[in-house]
Amino acid sequence: MGIRSQLTYRLSFAATTFGNLAATAFDFVTILLMFSQVRALGGFSLPEVAFLYGTSTTAFGLTDLVMGSTERIGSRVRDGTLDVLLLRPAPVLAQVAADRFALRRIGRIVQGGAVLAYALAAVDVDWDPVRVAMVPLMVLSGGLIFAAVFVVGAAFQFWAQDVAEVQSAFTYGGTTLLQYPPGLFAKDLVRGATFVVPLAFVNWMPALYVLRRPLPLGMPDGVAFLAPAVAVLCCALAGLVWRLGIRSYRSTGS
Amino acid sequence: MHGEAGAFIELDGLEKVFDVRRRVGRFRRETRQVRAVDGISFRVARGEMVGYIGPNGAGKSTTIKMLTGILTPSGGRVRVAGIDPSRERTRLASRIGVVFGQRTTLWWDLPLIDSYRLAHRMYRVPDARFRENLDRCVELLGLGDLLHVAVRQLSLGQRMRGDIAAALLHDPDVLYLDEPTIGLDVISKTRVREFLRDLNRDRGTTVLLTTHDLQDIEQLCRRVMVIDHGRLLYDGGLAGLHEAGGSERVLVVDLEHEAPPIELADEPSVRVTRVEGTRQYLAFPADRSAAPLVARVAAAYPLVDLSVREPDIESVIAKMYGERADA
Ligand SMILES: Nc1ncnc2c1ncn2[C@@H]1O[C@H](COP(=O)(O)OP(=O)(O)OP(=O)(O)O)[C@@H](O)[C@H]1O
Ligand SMILES: [Mg+2]
Repeated sequence: MGIRSQLTYRLSFAATTFGNLAATAFDFVTILLMFSQVRALGGFSLPEVAFLYGTSTTAFGLTDLVMGSTERIGSRVRDGTLDVLLLRPAPVLAQVAADRFALRRIGRIVQGGAVLAYALAAVDVDWDPVRVAMVPLMVLSGGLIFAAVFVVGAAFQFWAQDVAEVQSAFTYGGTTLLQYPPGLFAKDLVRGATFVVPLAFVNWMPALYVLRRPLPLGMPDGVAFLAPAVAVLCCALAGLVWRLGIRSYRSTGS
Repeated sequence: MHGEAGAFIELDGLEKVFDVRRRVGRFRRETRQVRAVDGISFRVARGEMVGYIGPNGAGKSTTIKMLTGILTPSGGRVRVAGIDPSRERTRLASRIGVVFGQRTTLWWDLPLIDSYRLAHRMYRVPDARFRENLDRCVELLGLGDLLHVAVRQLSLGQRMRGDIAAALLHDPDVLYLDEPTIGLDVISKTRVREFLRDLNRDRGTTVLLTTHDLQDIEQLCRRVMVIDHGRLLYDGGLAGLHEAGGSERVLVVDLEHEAPPIELADEPSVRVTRVEGTRQYLAFPADRSAAPLVARVAAAYPLVDLSVREPDIESVIAKMYGERADA
């Protein structure tokens, strides 16, 4: 339903999609501007940073396209309209995703994909089959890790109000973090992004392996291959937290 | 169907406790527990039509939400069609239909028919079955002219009928109705009641109905459950409510001329409740025979006419609610 009604307002659809594209493109323009001043960022060349940027943005874009509307669960929890979704024979998350499937969010994927294509063409790496396979794999598992963060964020809305901001710090904030080399950030932040909210597995670990760079925190190369396993684990945990959230839903008095 | 032949809906000591936080003074907060449902047990057999009544805040809606899986019980056990609702919510969903008078399950921005089509796909109803059910509901609930109107443009009564149809398109085994006649006019009410009676009779759909309109209950349900403060006060036939409620019948006598209120010696349970000129109203326990009373009055006073009025269910229920509140 969402898509149809969005396409009916073609003009506004085009406008918001373009607006979104412009807003996210601005991120990369920032990076280009930096490179007009310096030759390397934390020892990384422009194509290398573009690779980080492209993988993180594409992975996040895929997830945001499907899960972006989970932010609205909070208001449904508060006004009790979640009742209606709970009555239907389909998972609540699927219903929320389908309800406002925001096609305009596709701008981010297009933009991330374009930067990734540029990076792949320009970056100076000795490609081998494993490294080639790693690129789509990391985008996929990265998307799943972001999805888990979205779901946990949605689940917390059952317990606390206004956690949507905290959630976007991890999702939107997380992508921005991952667009830059880990060497630019404090060790503790990188540790947190590895062991607490394992965003580092979206691209830092696998991307630095692809780029033949030492992994952050002195991790051995093999850690890069853990990305899919970390993604699956995150999703399982998120599913558990989500179930707990639903069980503590209290509806409203009327 | 085995295993659920006896009881279709089973509740054993079901409880729901809400923690309600409120501010006391400027900074302190106090958590209070509201026992919305406080140990309710009952069984409903397949094909029964049961009224579930009680005053505001009694716990009716909370019970229904636990029966659908919306709320997870704090204690006790609940099974519907052998399924634990909160654990297997999506599996149960296609077997139950729910109508909340206060809240629509329809898609607010879409025409009624689009909501039905979405339900058709979501519940995977076979095409022929869907058409048949839709046609039947449209005809019996008078939805013909409304199908292409957006739900937000429907009046309350129109929307309610639309909601009832939506709850039935997937042939549920049980239908929960939480105040389905709220805000309906007399004609719509009659229509909805007839529809529900036919549904229960023809399809054997089990119905659990909450309402504040006791006519709904009188016209539809042979069995009624009364709850208050989360506890079951009464579970049985409609007729039995009178005894349980300790209700009274009224003897209306027209005297030849005006007289002070009738007094009968050694009959403390008989009292005059109202005097209107020559007419007097005497209340007496519903389980007593009227004949000896009439004889005694006739012996002492010259009578022109008399009649006996049966207690109406409204006053029985009001009395029952009232007693609980005092307790
Ligand atoms: N989400 C909630 N949070 C806190 N308390 C609640 C909640 N829902 C219900 N309650 C409380 O539980 C009790 C029972 O409420 P419920 O809605 O079940 O009553 P009801 O019998 O349906 O009443 P009514 O006839 O007014 O609809 C009330 O005291 C109410 O305040
Ligand atoms: Mg209610």
